[in-house]
Amino acid sequence: MRDIVEGSRAVAEAVKLCRAKVISAYPITPQTHIVEYLAEFVANGELDAEFVRVESEHSALSVCVGASATGVRTFTATSSQGLALMFEVLFIASGLRLPIVMVNANRALSAPISIWNDQSDSTAVRDCGWIQVYVETNQEALDSVIQAYKVAEKVLLPFMVCMDGFVLTHTYEPVDIPDQRLVDDYLPEYDPPIKLDPENPVTIGPIADPNYYMEFKLVQDEAMNEAKRVLKDEDEKFGEIFGRRYGLIEEYRTDDADVVLVTMGSLAGTIKDVVDRMREKGKNVGLVRVRLYRPFPKDEIVRALKDFEVIGVIEKDNCFGFGGGALFHDVRSALYGKSNAKVIGFVAGLGGRDIPYWDIEKAYEMCYEARVKEVPDVVWIGVRDWFRR
Amino acid sequence: MLFVRCKECGAKLSASRCFEFKLAVNNLPDEELLSYGHRACSGCGAIIAVRLALKASGRDVIVVQPTGCMEVVTTPYPETSWKVPYIHVAFENAGAVASGVWRALKVLGKKTKVLVIGGDGGTVDIGLQALSGALERGENITYICYDNEAYMNTGVQRSGATPFGAVTTTSPAGKLSFGEDRPKKDMPHIVASHNVPYVATASVGYPMDYVEKVKKALSVEGPSYIHVLTPCPTGWGFDSSKSIELGKLAVDTGMWILYEIENGVEKINYIPTKRKPVVEYLKAQRRFRHLSDDIISKIQEEVDRVWERILKST
Ligand SMILES: Cc1ncc(C[n+]2csc(CCOP(=O)(O)OP(=O)(O)O)c2C)c(N)n1
Ligand code: SF4
Ligand SMILES: [Mg+2]
Repeated sequence: MRDIVEGSRAVAEAVKLCRAKVISAYPITPQTHIVEYLAEFVANGELDAEFVRVESEHSALSVCVGASATGVRTFTATSSQGLALMFEVLFIASGLRLPIVMVNANRALSAPISIWNDQSDSTAVRDCGWIQVYVETNQEALDSVIQAYKVAEKVLLPFMVCMDGFVLTHTYEPVDIPDQRLVDDYLPEYDPPIKLDPENPVTIGPIADPNYYMEFKLVQDEAMNEAKRVLKDEDEKFGEIFGRRYGLIEEYRTDDADVVLVTMGSLAGTIKDVVDRMREKGKNVGLVRVRLYRPFPKDEIVRALKDFEVIGVIEKDNCFGFGGGALFHDVRSALYGKSNAKVIGFVAGLGGRDIPYWDIEKAYEMCYEARVKEVPDVVWIGVRDWFRR
Repeated sequence: MLFVRCKECGAKLSASRCFEFKLAVNNLPDEELLSYGHRACSGCGAIIAVRLALKASGRDVIVVQPTGCMEVVTTPYPETSWKVPYIHVAFENAGAVASGVWRALKVLGKKTKVLVIGGDGGTVDIGLQALSGALERGENITYICYDNEAYMNTGVQRSGATPFGAVTTTSPAGKLSFGEDRPKKDMPHIVASHNVPYVATASVGYPMDYVEKVKKALSVEGPSYIHVLTPCPTGWGFDSSKSIELGKLAVDTGMWILYEIENGVEKINYIPTKRKPVVEYLKAQRRFRHLSDDIISKIQEEVDRVWERILKST
C-alpha cells in the first residue's frame, strides 16, 4: 500500500510487519515518534507484542538482550545520548550473538547538547560488533528494518539501522508499505538454535579466561564478514519480492566522472541533485553512497573508487585528534595499496548545521583543485568564515 | 512472647517455622541443580544461598545474574555449575534483563519462573535503577540479593550495604578513620516502597526460613524480593568453618532482622529470646576487630533502639 508517512511511522510499520514480540525503548528526540507509534500499535491491538517502558536506554537494550536470549524477536530504537548510554550493552549483545534490531535516529552528541542531526553517535560505535546500515530515504528505512531481521537472524548478530534524525524521522515521504503476507514469506519466524529454556538448560554469558576469549572474538569477526555476503543475497531476494534493492554501496553517475564524493545517509539525496546540476554545467561529478558501513564493504569500495584521481568523503562526524570523519579514514584505509587517489575528508553538518548545495559544490570544486595543486587532507565546510580566521 | 514446639524436631520456636538446620536439610529435595566444582571459596555463604534457592525453585526456572562473585565462580568457560538455564549480561542491569526474559516467556505462553540472584553491589548500588524500574513495572520476577556486605569479586571494596564500622579496602581504618562511617542502606524497605507483593529478609544461618521464603517469593504474582545475609569468610575475615554460625549470630545478636513485608504489612519472623551482645558477632570477624569499645557500644545502642521499637509494636 502506498501512503505518505513520516519516517518514524515507516519504521514502526516495518517493525509491525516483522512481528517483533518484545519492544523496549526509552524516549529521546528525534527517536520518540518511532516508539510512540509502536506503543500505539500495541495499545490498539494492531501489534501483538510486549512493550516494556523502561527507565533508561541501558535497560531498554538489556530487556532486548534478555528477551532475545529467551527466543523472541526484539526491537529497540534510540539516538545520541541514549546510544552512548547503551555502549556497554552494545558489545554484550553482539558478543552474545543476539539478533536484536535497533533503529538509531542519528543525532549529535553532547556537549554542547544538541538535538539536531549528525552521525557522530553511531559512527562512534562502529566497532561494537553490530551490523550498521545508513539509509537515504524513508522507504529504505522501512525496507532495511525488514532486511535487518532477516540478516541478523541468519548470522546471529545485532543490526543497527541508522537514519538521519529529523531529516528522515520527521519528514513525510511517499512510502510503499508492503503486504503482511509478502513480509511473512520473506521473513520466517524467529527460531534461534540456542535459547534460555528449562527443557535444554544452557549457560549464556560465562566468564572466558585468556585461553578462550580470542576464539569467541574470532568467530564473531567471521560472522561479521559473513553478514556482508548474507545482506547482499537477502537484498537480492528482497528485490525479487518487493521490487526494491539497495546494494551494499550505491554508485550515482560515477562511470564517466572526473571526481567523486562519498557519503552515508540522507545527504546522498542532496548530493545527487548537485551532481545533476553540475553535470548540466559540464562538470562531470559523481557520488558513491555507502549503505552498509559495518561490516565495511572494502572490495566494493575499492572497485568503485580505485581509478579516481581525487575522492572527497563528506560526512557528519569527526575523529577528534586525527581529523576527518570515520568514513574518510575507512575509505582511505580500504584504498591503501590499491590506488594512489588523493582522499579529502570533508567534515560537515555537525549538530544539524545545514549542508546547502553550494557547500557541496565547493567540495566538488576542491576535488577538482586537488588534481592540480596541494589541498589539505581535512576540510571543515559550512563553518563561519570569521570563525576560521 | 508465645512459644510453640516444632512438631518434628521439638525445637522451641517463636515463629511459625522451625529454624533448625537439621530439619531444613531433611526437608529439601536431594536433587542438586547447582553442580559441585564451582570456584567459590570454602565456607562461602553466598554459594549456599544459591544452591538452596535452586532447591526451592526446581528445574522450571531461568536464572539471571549480574556480575559478581557468584557469576564468576559458577561459569568459568567451558564449564558451568548451572543445571538450569542461566544468563549473565552485565553488572547493573539484572533487573532489566530479567524483565526481558519474563516478557519473552509471557509472549511464549510459558509459566517458567524468572529468578535473579545478585550481589549487594549489583543490587543496592549500581543495579538499583534497573531493579527499581522492574519493580515499579510489576515484572513477574523474583530477585534474591545475596548480601556479603561489600564488592567481594573485585577485592572487598565497600558497597552501600557495608555496615557501620566495617573495614574494607576502600573504607580502611586509619588515623582518621574507623572504617565505614555510614549505616547500611535499608534495601528491603526501598524495595517495599515500590508496592510489591512480597519482600523478605533471610540469613543462610537459618536456611529453612530462607528456603521457605524463596518458595513463597516464587509463588506470588508480580515482583518479589529476598535480601539474604551471606557471610563471606574471605571478605569478613573468619574461619571458613564458621559461616553458618556467623549467619545465626547476626540474627541472634539482633544485628540482622528476619522479617517479611507482605502486601505492605510487615511481620517480624524471629524474635531472639535473649539477644546476644553484638560484640560476640563483631569480635568474631577481622573486619570489625579494630573497633574501639566506644564504637562497639554505639552499635549496641543502635541495635537496642531498633529492637525496643520492634518489641513495642508487636
Ligand atoms: C559497570 C561495571 N563497573 C564495575 C565492574 C567491576 N565489578 C565487577 S563485580 C563487582 C563487585 C560485585 O559486588 P557485589 O555485587 O556485591 O557481588 P560480590 O562480588 O560481592 O558477590 C565490580 C565492582 C563491572 N563489572 N562493571
Ligand atoms: S569472596 Fe566471599 S562471597 Fe566471594 S566466593 Fe569467596 S567467600 Fe564467597
Ligand atoms: Mg557483595
